Amino acid sequence: MSDRFTITVDGREIPAAPGQTILAAAQASGIYIPRLCHMDGIEPVGACRVCTVRANGRVVAACTQPATASMVVQSQTDELVSWRRQLVEMLFVEGNHFCMFCEKSGSCELQGLAYRLGIAAPRYESIWPRREVDASHPDIILDRNRCILCGRCERTSRDLDGKHVFGFVGRGIHKRLAVNARARLADTGADVTDLAIGACPVGAILRKNRAYRTPVGDRPFDREPIGAPVETRAELTINGGPAS
Amino acid sequence: MSKPRIATCSLAGCFGCHMSVLDIDERLLELVDVVEFDKSPITDIKKFDGRCRIGLIEGGCANEENVAVLRAFRRHCDILVSLGDCATMGGIPALRNLVPIDECFREAYIDGPSTHNPAKIIPRDVELPLLLDKVRPAHEIVRIDYLLPGCPPSADAIWAAVTALLSDKPIDLPYQLIKYD
Amino acid sequence: MASEDINRVVGEIGLRHGRERWRLMDIVRDVQERLGAVGPEAVDAIAGWLGIARVEVEGVVGFYSFLSSGQRGRVVIRLCDDVIDRMAGYDAVRAAFEGALGVKVGETTPDGEFTLERTACIGMCDQAPAALVNDVVVTNLSSDKARVIVRMLRDQKDPSKLVHRFGDGNNSHPLVRSMVENNLRKAGPIVFSGQTRGEAIRKALAISPAEVIRAIKTSRLRGRGGAGFPTGMKWEFARAAAGDRKFVICNADEGEPGTFKDRVLLTELPDRVFAGLTIAAYAVGAAEGIVYLRAEYAYLRRFLEQVLEKRRADGLLGRSVCGKPGFDFDIRIQMGAGAYICGEETALINSCEGLRGEPRNRPPFPAQRGYLGCPTVVNNVETLACVTRILEAGPATFCERGTHQSSGTKLLSISGDCTLPGVYEVDMGITLREVLELCGGEDAAAVQVGGPSREMVGPAEFHRTIDYDDLATGGAVLVFGPDRNIVEIVSAFMEFFVHESCGFCTPCRVGTVLLKEKLDRVIAGRGEPKDLEDMLELAETIKQTSRCGLGQASPNPVLMTLRSFRPVYDALVKPDPHGYRRGFDLQASLREAERVAGRGSQQHQEGVP
Repeated sequence: MSDRFTITVDGREIPAAPGQTILAAAQASGIYIPRLCHMDGIEPVGACRVCTVRANGRVVAACTQPATASMVVQSQTDELVSWRRQLVEMLFVEGNHFCMFCEKSGSCELQGLAYRLGIAAPRYESIWPRREVDASHPDIILDRNRCILCGRCERTSRDLDGKHVFGFVGRGIHKRLAVNARARLADTGADVTDLAIGACPVGAILRKNRAYRTPVGDRPFDREPIGAPVETRAELTINGGPAS
Repeated sequence: MSKPRIATCSLAGCFGCHMSVLDIDERLLELVDVVEFDKSPITDIKKFDGRCRIGLIEGGCANEENVAVLRAFRRHCDILVSLGDCATMGGIPALRNLVPIDECFREAYIDGPSTHNPAKIIPRDVELPLLLDKVRPAHEIVRIDYLLPGCPPSADAIWAAVTALLSDKPIDLPYQLIKYD
Repeated sequence: MASEDINRVVGEIGLRHGRERWRLMDIVRDVQERLGAVGPEAVDAIAGWLGIARVEVEGVVGFYSFLSSGQRGRVVIRLCDDVIDRMAGYDAVRAAFEGALGVKVGETTPDGEFTLERTACIGMCDQAPAALVNDVVVTNLSSDKARVIVRMLRDQKDPSKLVHRFGDGNNSHPLVRSMVENNLRKAGPIVFSGQTRGEAIRKALAISPAEVIRAIKTSRLRGRGGAGFPTGMKWEFARAAAGDRKFVICNADEGEPGTFKDRVLLTELPDRVFAGLTIAAYAVGAAEGIVYLRAEYAYLRRFLEQVLEKRRADGLLGRSVCGKPGFDFDIRIQMGAGAYICGEETALINSCEGLRGEPRNRPPFPAQRGYLGCPTVVNNVETLACVTRILEAGPATFCERGTHQSSGTKLLSISGDCTLPGVYEVDMGITLREVLELCGGEDAAAVQVGGPSREMVGPAEFHRTIDYDDLATGGAVLVFGPDRNIVEIVSAFMEFFVHESCGFCTPCRVGTVLLKEKLDRVIAGRGEPKDLEDMLELAETIKQTSRCGLGQASPNPVLMTLRSFRPVYDALVKPDPHGYRRGFDLQASLREAERVAGRGSQQHQEGVP
């Protein structure tokens, strides 16, 4: 492998390694690029497009695009932030999201991003799709109303749990999360300890009997915006660590 | 110079947002010093008395009456603010958007577990406003100037919004005051 | 059917195709054909046979339009529903079929005999309205013909009996036996020229692969699917890529509405297409080739198989092609199953591997890691026919035609309001006006060049040229006369993109639906000026942030016409004096409640104080 190089993100020069994605390089240097369908530890796929940035002028998904030497990345421009807002709003109106009674509220990444992006309400009309709820499993609930089709559960189950509990059926706006059984999650090999169960960024896959343990006000996004831990970590590195 | 007037209404909502308005507590006294309340459940004034500076809309539109009231607010108010998740997104009443209207009626009036309706009558009096096909947020019915999410929006958020508007500033809520729950 | 029977059928089909994961498409297609559905039992059986998760099988079945988990009729009638077919009388034909069958589109007759469906463009726009009856293509439909077809199917039970005359050329070949017409109106000097079978391959094999690539580069040939990537460069990447096993794929999934030139090429000149693929294989070092044939062209399959068989017999395929030691190459046909997105090369590769036809991320590019992780070249049918000509006649002959940036000729599929719809081979760089004169479409008020994903051009711009610098096209030219409603056409195009979105990324999956809703509201006269600005913003976001070419092109119908036909839109919108949203239709939204209540609205809308 060739040596490390640098890229700039929003004017800041940061180190990157061959094969590293823009998102990973930025994150390692404390720059948070919003994302929903990607999480650390699984293969990025570029489905939600929320991490869209411009790299050397070209529009790319930061989670899948490899960084290259001297690449100039823009992330926090008005244009990109506007696109991100619209993408998040699309995800809201595509599903049936009722934050007021969702157990995930306060730690939901979709909601967290909407807060961070200052979205008061989606500008688009809701689609109000009919979607299935599957409460068959003794320890897990699957509420497709809240699913944003990010595929994190699918990849986590397949690649980390080695199970293939989840998959997708249908196409386009009719695409739906499916389970590896004729109908019910209870008939799959899903177990409450599966990493896939914790991979859901929204309230579509939840462990039962855990609701509302954290009081309102103390939930992650009550305290600080989504992505803040990435940025805080950076300040620590900048203060204490070597400059690039 | 006369004081600016504020009107409020609760459409398809639960009055929780109005409770939150009352939750501004002693600041309510400050408010009534500088504004006059027009049509509002708080004052129980049923008709608009004049032109209003601000209209606070709680609730989305679930039926034809909601639409008529909301349109009247649009005509009478300079600035309309959608107050709370029902007004901004449809909220809990919009749960019925996932169910056809006749099924809703059957469940509500006939099949519901707590319903006693041996004659199986679904009320259809002409006085009852007809339901819209879907519960809609206010901005789908009329132009809305500001959206204040929350279920309900906190008293602080409401206070920040109203005081900003009264001093001719746009509403610009800090991170902590944008909440969907 | 009892589950042991289903297991037996799946077992038989499985034995034919083997247990490799990437044969899934073939297996589910055959199961669908035999059982009329790939239901839950069949899904279990297939998953068991291949040793994969059932949800993977279900994912594939649910992705492709020609597959279904629910039971379909023994005969499936798929009405081609695109703009051109609608202009040619789709609605009357549909109504006639519905009347004769007693079911609506999307339904199956109670006796399980017939399913009536609509489908995206089947590549017969020059003989619209058209439909598929199982694999049999019926064209130039009318309501009378529709009724006759249903009667014949009821009487004879066999769709192939519908063929009462043959189209021209190889359409009458015993293995094609189709009523489809080629309508080849203008044969040019490149694609529809040259006769000597095997000559191009022999010339290619006489020089080194690097020299073949140099010849293609010298010809400046670019991809004929529309994207225009330099073919020589693509081959060079694949040749240079590490790996012992490489693949070449012929993309015969032309699905862009209004495109049908590859159908004519495959009917009349399959040898020249296969020759091109063989030359590509030699150039990049591939031993295996695939023709990905769209399901709509299944009627050509047996014929193409026979052509391949004959090439094997003649030493043009197989071990040591043309006696060249060390150059072994063969071609198999991979059937699609109804998904426009599979024309996108990485989606096509996924489909070949038996996966949902979702595009892949790039990098890695197919030339680096494509089919089964091996370096892969995907070329369009027409591109490969050009390759054959280039090797046969030399790059100079090819470059004599066209412009510097866009050398050679281009096949156009012309349909719509013109007197001579069909396929034309024209020089690159031809003006749109010249094209319209050729096809008798001089009265056009608008021309969609390149199909829905490209550009709508008005008369003021008919001087523009068809080439990669100006109006790039995979071949579709849709002509619209002065009486056509531009925005209705745009709406139909958006409907197509909504239907064909794979659903992988947010902007294309959701954005297109929202954009179409807004558009339809404007068309219904319920738009405000701001709606046009909102549409522009949304369209731009979809274009910029979508993951693949289809998504990026999906808002083009709106985006392009909002630019070049703006007055049409402006005339449809107006502001509301009271600040009411014109998009909200009170009467329409009360209709359901009025029906349930059995009375009309009593309230005077403005009467509330």
